Amino acid sequence: MTPVAMLGGLGRAVLGLLAAFGRVALFALDAISHIIRPPFYPREFGLALLNIGWLSLPVVGLTAIFTGGALALQIYAGGARFNAEAVVPQIVAIGMVRELGPVLVGLMIAARVTSSIAAEIATMKVTEQIDALVTLSTHPMKYLTAPRVLAAVITVPALVAVGDVIGIAGGYTVATQNLGFNPATYLKNTVDFLELRDIVSSLVKGAAFGLIAAIMGCYYGMSSGRGAQGVGRATKGSVEAAAVLILAANFVLTGVFFSL
Amino acid sequence: MIRMENVHKAFDDNHVLRGMNLEIPKGTSMVIIGGSGTGKSVALKCILGLITPDSGNILVDGKDAQSGDRDAFLARFGMLFQGGALFDSLPVWQNVAFRLLRGSLKRTADEARKIAIEKLRRVGLKSDVADRFPAELSGGMQKRVGLARAIAAEPEIIFFDEPTTGLDPIMSGVINDLIREIVTEMGATAMTITHDMSSVRAIADNVAMLHGGVIQWTGPVEQMDASGDPYVEQFISGSAEGPIEAVR
Repeated sequence: MTPVAMLGGLGRAVLGLLAAFGRVALFALDAISHIIRPPFYPREFGLALLNIGWLSLPVVGLTAIFTGGALALQIYAGGARFNAEAVVPQIVAIGMVRELGPVLVGLMIAARVTSSIAAEIATMKVTEQIDALVTLSTHPMKYLTAPRVLAAVITVPALVAVGDVIGIAGGYTVATQNLGFNPATYLKNTVDFLELRDIVSSLVKGAAFGLIAAIMGCYYGMSSGRGAQGVGRATKGSVEAAAVLILAANFVLTGVFFSL
Repeated sequence: MIRMENVHKAFDDNHVLRGMNLEIPKGTSMVIIGGSGTGKSVALKCILGLITPDSGNILVDGKDAQSGDRDAFLARFGMLFQGGALFDSLPVWQNVAFRLLRGSLKRTADEARKIAIEKLRRVGLKSDVADRFPAELSGGMQKRVGLARAIAAEPEIIFFDEPTTGLDPIMSGVINDLIREIVTEMGATAMTITHDMSSVRAIADNVAMLHGGVIQWTGPVEQMDASGDPYVEQFISGSAEGPIEAVR
């Protein structure tokens, strides 16, 4: 392959990526505009709250408790190398609230919710249910996308808050039961060390990750190809895109909150 | 009246409609026949605005179908989709009453449920079907539920996309008779797409043969057998010999 052909290929790939970003951005703006304009579908919104929020609690809780416990063990082992075992409560708290809580909840939501939204909407598309909605005077963006996006933006920060607390509780349990920490001192150190900025950053990340997860699920579902293969591709693409965008957004938001 | 004037539609290099002209007088039942992939569904979706034509005009009662109040326009239509297109997440009665539970035609839930059950009875389904989910129904029952949904808001115009595809001959006959009865009793304008010649004879007042993106022949159903049009004759006889290529 000649250098010119390689450059041409690279250029096409970059243009394709930019065009895809543009399409997703326009889709997201359209979805947000439907959230604030009537008619509203409270039943769909309620179901989305239940599916995205309530039904994600078990997986979020289990992920957080094991992560918090493992974090406590790692910090204790690492800290022991320079006699700093006492920092376990502070580092577990800051690690869970600033990074691991939001990122792991975001990724779990991408796996559980984004895939489910993409598969459901893509199946509706290939079975003409989206066309049926239109003929029944119901806008698919308003009926399918807006309730899911709004519900994700509201519930994912709540899930992150729950994940943060359960993760810290996991660390607390391991530290007090296995590593010999005093329970009262552990809790005091945790509470004293956390700042308002840590908690706000955690919740803002949760809202951003919820937006990304729901938008990617809806976008890939709505733009799915035909047949079972189309549904499969939409589902896979939605999870990949949501996971990468969540990690990229996490980097940007961490920079905004803690480096500026 | 529905009128399509010189409608063109292409998907990349695939020119599906190449200047289609069609007129469906008010209160009549038009059946469009033609082979698979000849653009019958595309024509129907262009009228509904689900697909935007590249050029040409589509007029419903003299007004451009692509402009004006979409909700008011769509409220005049009912549609039976090929696969039923029932919403999996909703019970049957909420599928039938979908339009009556939201938007400009909204009724109370009790009223909407009563109407849904009445429409289910009209298509030959018992009221105990109302609380089942679409996945629990047979193909024929799903088609009937789709038909009940299409007529629930008593539309002026009803579209039927392959209403008998995938059904056994007896169930096909039942659906054909139901469509004919309902269209006559409601005085609705109907447009049906089908390959099934028994449906054509049962449902149609007029027939149009679509091939190569244009209407090759159109006329009353009584004249179809003696149309003299080679496309229509080949389609009716089901012969591999004729102007329609068997391998497409």
